[in-house]
Amino acid sequence: MPDAEVKILPNFTRFVQVGRVAYIAVGRHRGKLCVIVDIIDQTRALIDGPLSGVRRHAMRLKWLHLTDFVIKISPSARAKTVKKAWQEANIDEKWQSTTWCKKLEAKKRKEAMTDFDRFKLMIAKKKRNAIVEKELTKLKKAAAKAK
Amino acid sequence: MCGILFGTCLSSSLHGLLLNIMEDETTKRKKPRSRQRWLTGGIPMFSRSVMYRRTAKYLKKKPIVKKEKKAVERFVVKEVGGEKNGGTRKVPLQKQPRYYPTQEGRRKLKGHRKPFSEHKRRLRPSITPGTVLILLAGVNRGRRVIFLKQLGTGLLLVTGPMKVNGIPMRRVNQRYVIATSTKLDISSVKIPGKLDDAYFKRKKLRTGKRSKNIFDDKKETYEVSDERRADQKSLDAQIIPLVKKEHLLAKYLQNPFSLRTRQYPHKMIF
Repeated sequence: MPDAEVKILPNFTRFVQVGRVAYIAVGRHRGKLCVIVDIIDQTRALIDGPLSGVRRHAMRLKWLHLTDFVIKISPSARAKTVKKAWQEANIDEKWQSTTWCKKLEAKKRKEAMTDFDRFKLMIAKKKRNAIVEKELTKLKKAAAKAK
Repeated sequence: MCGILFGTCLSSSLHGLLLNIMEDETTKRKKPRSRQRWLTGGIPMFSRSVMYRRTAKYLKKKPIVKKEKKAVERFVVKEVGGEKNGGTRKVPLQKQPRYYPTQEGRRKLKGHRKPFSEHKRRLRPSITPGTVLILLAGVNRGRRVIFLKQLGTGLLLVTGPMKVNGIPMRRVNQRYVIATSTKLDISSVKIPGKLDDAYFKRKKLRTGKRSKNIFDDKKETYEVSDERRADQKSLDAQIIPLVKKEHLLAKYLQNPFSLRTRQYPHKMIF
């Protein structure tokens, strides 16, 4: 299906389809990954996340942010099958290596910083910027000299 | 009406019974039976006069003993000097009070209300000895200090330490403080017992003695006592090595806290 759609909609790469791994952005399960197991209608899909602790239920498509990953399952495949396909596709590892996931984790870490951590970060940034400044001025001087 | 008739009917028959009871003192009832009858609504059946008869109060009359009243000496006649003064005065022995208070006695605190000295002191669980606190009010607002212990009045004893950030050991109100999650292990630090509320209490500078020329008076300013300096030094001597062990902690205590753009205290973890 997606292959055919690519010709019609060349700018879209991620489709709501059976097997599409999605990131739940809203609701009780926000922050977890799930798989679209079936499409109910224009607004809802049946999702399941046996390895991420999301029970099979209907979810608003607006609540789902689609990832690049698709696993090979047939519509309404049971949780056991979904689990197997997920593990075979190694989704967890693939997800961890994406920039998206890394950004989310960085944000979490930032929010969990204590006052002392924030202070240490400030010192570290200052030091880093000082080094960068130093090198930059060196390069500027060299460039000015070269002219 | 009905009650009275009923009472009069029975009283004669009861009278004989009563006399028998009165004579026989050995028979004692375990429970004294009331001769009154109660109708619905708590209304007694027999009136007071009927009850007088029913309970034979005429038999239980006690002779009234009259108390002899002693004549109380109220006045004393005293001689008074001076011409045309009458010579004597009647002086009352018991004088009327000079002052009548508008309130009877001192108002006692009702029930559960306790004076301040007896109040329960609470300490936030996030504040433990060695916690780094951010002061929010006063001269040192925004500064970071180390919490030592809670004093008797509930105020917190904190110190900079002095050599680190210039804040002396001081009392601080719990309410004007943010407790950070940064904690220093000060279990080895011995805080002298003399550092209590009395030690830190503000001394009144004006003693009340003023010279005739007010311009000659020196301005009384607060001066740190040598005792205070010595105590500060000895206390900080214990704490500073612990501070220096932690990487960047001394610098952290030196730097004051401030909020930047997009920093919301309710969303921040301290």
